[in-house]
Amino acid sequence: RQEILKWNGWGYNDSKFIFNKKGQAEFTGKRYRLSGMVLPILKEWMEKTLGASLEHKITSRTSLNISDVPPSIVNEEFLQDLRATKISYSREAEDRVFRAHGHCLHEILVLREGMFKRIPDIVVWPDCHDDVVKIVELASKHNLCIIPFGGGTSVSSALECPADERRTIVSLDTSQMNRILWIDERNLTAHIEAGIIGQDLERQLGESGYCTGHEPDSMEFSSLGGWVATRASGMKKNIYGNIEDLVVHIKMVTPRGVIEKGCQVPRMSTGPDIHHFIMGSEGTLGVVTEVTIKIRPTPEYQKYGSVVFPNFERGVACLREIAKQRCAPASIRLVDNAQFQFGHALKPQVASIFTSFLDGLKKFYITKFKGFDPNELCVATLLFEGDREKVLQHEKQVYDIAAKFGGLAAGEDNGQRGYMLTFVIAYLRDLGLDYYVIGESFETSVPWDRVIDLCRNVKERIVRECKEKGVQFAPFSTCRVTQTYDAGACVYFYFAFNYRGISDPIHVYEQIETAAREEILANGGSLSHHHGVGKLRKQWMKESISDVGLGMLKSVKAYVDPNNIFGNRNLL
Amino acid sequence: KKRDEFEDILEERRQSSDLRYAMKCYTPVIYKGLSACKPSAIKNSVLQSEQVQYVIKQLSKEMGESADIIQEEATEILDEMGHNLHIGAIRFFAFSLSKIFKRLFQRVCVNEEGIQKLQQAIQEHPVVLLPSHRSYIDFLMLSYLLYTYDLALPVIAAGMDFLGMKIVGELLRRSGAFFMRRSFGGNRLYWAVFAEYVKTMLRNGYAPIEFFLEGTRSRTSKTLTPKFGLLSIVMEPFFKREVFDTYLVPISISYERILEESLYAYELLGVPKPKESTSGLLKARKILSDNFGSIHVYFGQPVSLRTLASGRINRCPYNLVPRHLPQRLSEDIQEFVTDVAYKMELLQIENMVLSPWVLIASVLLQNLPAIDFDVLVEKTLWLKGITQVFGGFFEWPDNLCANKAVTSSLALHTNIVSLVNGQVVLNDMGIEDGATEELIFKQALSILMCGAYRNQLLNVFVRPSLVAVALQMTQSFRKEEIYNCFNFLRNMFSDEFIFFPGIALKDFEEGCFLLTKCDVIQVTPQEILVTEKGNSAASFLAAMFRPFMEGYQIICRYLSKETKETFTEKQFILGIRNFAFQLLETGSTQCYEVLSSDLQKNALAAFVRLNVMKKMKITSGLTYTVNKEALSKTEEMFESQIPKRKLVTARL
Ligand SMILES: Cc1cc2nc3c(=O)[nH]c(=O)nc-3n(C[C@H](O)[C@H](O)[C@H](O)COP(=O)(O)OP(=O)(O)OC[C@H]3O[C@@H](n4cnc5c(N)ncnc54)[C@H](O)[C@@H]3O)c2cc1C
Repeated sequence: RQEILKWNGWGYNDSKFIFNKKGQAEFTGKRYRLSGMVLPILKEWMEKTLGASLEHKITSRTSLNISDVPPSIVNEEFLQDLRATKISYSREAEDRVFRAHGHCLHEILVLREGMFKRIPDIVVWPDCHDDVVKIVELASKHNLCIIPFGGGTSVSSALECPADERRTIVSLDTSQMNRILWIDERNLTAHIEAGIIGQDLERQLGESGYCTGHEPDSMEFSSLGGWVATRASGMKKNIYGNIEDLVVHIKMVTPRGVIEKGCQVPRMSTGPDIHHFIMGSEGTLGVVTEVTIKIRPTPEYQKYGSVVFPNFERGVACLREIAKQRCAPASIRLVDNAQFQFGHALKPQVASIFTSFLDGLKKFYITKFKGFDPNELCVATLLFEGDREKVLQHEKQVYDIAAKFGGLAAGEDNGQRGYMLTFVIAYLRDLGLDYYVIGESFETSVPWDRVIDLCRNVKERIVRECKEKGVQFAPFSTCRVTQTYDAGACVYFYFAFNYRGISDPIHVYEQIETAAREEILANGGSLSHHHGVGKLRKQWMKESISDVGLGMLKSVKAYVDPNNIFGNRNLL
Repeated sequence: KKRDEFEDILEERRQSSDLRYAMKCYTPVIYKGLSACKPSAIKNSVLQSEQVQYVIKQLSKEMGESADIIQEEATEILDEMGHNLHIGAIRFFAFSLSKIFKRLFQRVCVNEEGIQKLQQAIQEHPVVLLPSHRSYIDFLMLSYLLYTYDLALPVIAAGMDFLGMKIVGELLRRSGAFFMRRSFGGNRLYWAVFAEYVKTMLRNGYAPIEFFLEGTRSRTSKTLTPKFGLLSIVMEPFFKREVFDTYLVPISISYERILEESLYAYELLGVPKPKESTSGLLKARKILSDNFGSIHVYFGQPVSLRTLASGRINRCPYNLVPRHLPQRLSEDIQEFVTDVAYKMELLQIENMVLSPWVLIASVLLQNLPAIDFDVLVEKTLWLKGITQVFGGFFEWPDNLCANKAVTSSLALHTNIVSLVNGQVVLNDMGIEDGATEELIFKQALSILMCGAYRNQLLNVFVRPSLVAVALQMTQSFRKEEIYNCFNFLRNMFSDEFIFFPGIALKDFEEGCFLLTKCDVIQVTPQEILVTEKGNSAASFLAAMFRPFMEGYQIICRYLSKETKETFTEKQFILGIRNFAFQLLETGSTQCYEVLSSDLQKNALAAFVRLNVMKKMKITSGLTYTVNKEALSKTEEMFESQIPKRKLVTARL
């Protein structure tokens, strides 16, 4: 798998945004619906919105500079013990660097133009639960540090090695533990090894007519174990639930031994749920090896949809009402105006399903007759799933509610396009980096009554901080509401800015990111809805869960892993 | 410190048609996030707001009254309060105020840079205007200025006593003023409706909110200690992050001659103030339609509330309770509000323009009953120098010679002083014989009127002056001892003058620094020495505050003689007044200013604060008792100044 993925950016080697000879943006490869297409407006958008220019390009190095890589220090006795287990391992520089990071901006920048201070000394590939037990025993025996590695999509610095870790760091790559061990059709559960990658899981279950329905945007690359370890959330949680709703049973190997429940039941009252110590433990307690997860028959029918609202406030009000009536479709997302315009910029040349509704008649209709301001309007994308009749009924219900908030149905194509974009949007950062544009996303959850205020204030804060820090072009600062709940919503922000003329962009970037998080917290938002804490957001843990709360987690850690074998130092 | 230039706006008014000016195209810039709506829509959204509805429900539950009836009541409150922007009324005001202002004032000067900054601010974030309050003219003038510069007219939280003035009241309302009752302490419904009304205005960015931190017009020209209620209301939307930021704009309005000057002096002496009726105001205007000199309005730099709050506010309390529930301010928020209020008042003080007359009044009051004109000019110039070192703000053109400045000042204030045979005399002070009560009253009037102008200097002088007083009182070189005394005075006078809370040492150091800067003292790590040259200056600076020193001492003496166990504020004030009259009649004091009810009330507040007196609530109101022990200690602290020995002079 490592072979077909970029070593210094997001996703597959063959898929990336480039500017072709004609100076037009193009998305390469064949994997996505957008692949091979020319995006004529993107260049102008980048110039206008971010002040980027094709003349100012950075060429980053094309391959890893092996001599920069910190040496692998592993003691011989451990190696002997390891060989005896027959578990495969590697001490190659590429393998170790590949597992030294996740996908935070600063990590990618280090890959492009620097080197990590500390990376794993050795990578091991256990094949099954028992292999993991052996590795953890050896690590305890030789006092090593283990960092579990799933898909490597972390965006919280969770995979970064603590620079001052003196012990040998073992990266425990779960990718070989990727089998579906059994499917129980009567109870609709499946027992699966934790290293399986999202898309493989859904494909394989699909062959038997099932799915989990758990679809985080990173599902092409992230693993089941990673989801459990970070408390992940999938796009279609309205039907299937978040990871905590999906798991029925978890097996985790810790230095104290294996932790698991004695039965596989829908619910039990046996004190605090031990699953909740495991979920979100971010690799600090042990390795999740096997998970029993709920499955559902693959839905008969899927339908995309979209609604345009005159402004963001009306859109949020509509989402709130839909949540209140508990009739949210599998997915419902509301993007603000800036992101709506950005989506427009990704419009490909070929007219197909991609025709934007801002074109032709519809644009005329929306702006002239309905009086929508093109610089105010925003759009919700919808995904319905289920049996056909119910979907159509459901669809009508949702559109009726939308109409009460001035929402105008804007077609299936736009909906589908919106979801497709979420998969390719991650590739866009790499393009930006070539042109002095750095960007990142972050998320939060917030009570309904504060959604509007939070969105406005955080975006404004970013703009203001950029200005204060000497960023010369106004940043791209945008948000979308990506999940709805009874009591609130999940909000996802993107921000990007052009750093030409700034001497220490990464520092400036970090200050702005910190300020944005402070702003979120001051607006009553959470530290994280699904990305987790890692090392990036540790500083706010105390204020998030109180002193005593932190103490509780620490005492669990102290019992389960007294020698800090799982020493990635996330969370606490 | 660099300050902006002024521009006289009346100049243009004198040259072009007032009617055309009143009918000009008026399109003020607006807040970028404004959602345009009619006053009636605002009223409705206030009434329907979760906040008001919550209180209505609560009250209905508690009193067993139907919610509809309470809702009705809320509507009435809102109607009484609600402003009503009416372009016709604005134009009427623009026209008539042009006429009136041109008659009353020589110049109305504004710093246009400040206006520009304000214009910028209005577009960015909700704006709160915080002018100083010396006169009814204040808010008329501000609205007039904003209209002149094509800025959005503010909605003003003005006292209800205007409602008595039928026509003016209605006109004011139509030009944007809204009204609050002077006191509505217990009325939760009123408070809820009022607070929500203000916040709705603010959140929508509908128009700048204007109110007076001082709460009421200062009768003494000293800045009054701030009130916090309205300020905490306008800060709340930011605390709850309903707005990204809020700009606070300190505005300093200085009058060369205050319209209400004699009215205030009467009030201070306890002659009941005439009810603010329309005819009263008009009559006052008629009588006083002589020359009132210049007005200076200085719009300060808009202060970002967000910047002030950064790092200071723990957000938790607002995250854990729904935002529409009424919530007690947490302690650190209360402290923050207090600090902001003081900071804003200090900014007002910093940008108050001082006229030459203010210096003259100060000199004259130390040279009663009369002073040689030439000496007066010389001393005025000398005092000007010191004032500038202390950061005082003059509009005194370089080429204007002191002689002229003094002469024209005297001409402007003939009701207070007169020039007789080369001598400048405070009116009514020359008469020697027969210290009758009526004469004393007359003299007190003159002194209080004159004092009101000297008072404009006091907040600029208070830090260095209190150091000078402390030097005089302690008769010591030792810094520590002097500081202790300074601290005592600062505490005692913290209702009298504006001190930023909790920074006594910094204030002391600033005082010392300023005295050093004008060569009055020398400071070593342990000691403070008065220079030979600085002796007279030190005496002068200390003497500026003598009325307060002596006034408080007299009150102490009165209290130690007081035999009643408990008494009310009214009894207290009456008692002191009689006591003071006696002293003045027998000539055993010259401290006329102890007759000022302002001083008396401040002393009362100070004594309660310092536990010299105890305040108790009984059914019929508040009563006070004296703690004799604490009182005699305080007296001692004051007495140490007497006998007045000569200042210790450093041998240099
Ligand atoms: C473009 C993009 C889109 C994303 N979209 C979403 C989204 O929609 N929803 C969402 O929830 N997240 C999302 N994420 C974040 C990330 O994909 C999730 O946190 C994911 O759950 C991480 O899984 P992983 O397998 O990649 O774990 P890794 O990144 O490899 O590891 C993450 C953490 O979990 C630990 N860990 C991994 N596997 C195990 C295991 N088997 N046992 C114990 N600990 C383990 C690691 O030590 C590390 O601390 C996104 C990230 C990117 C880059």
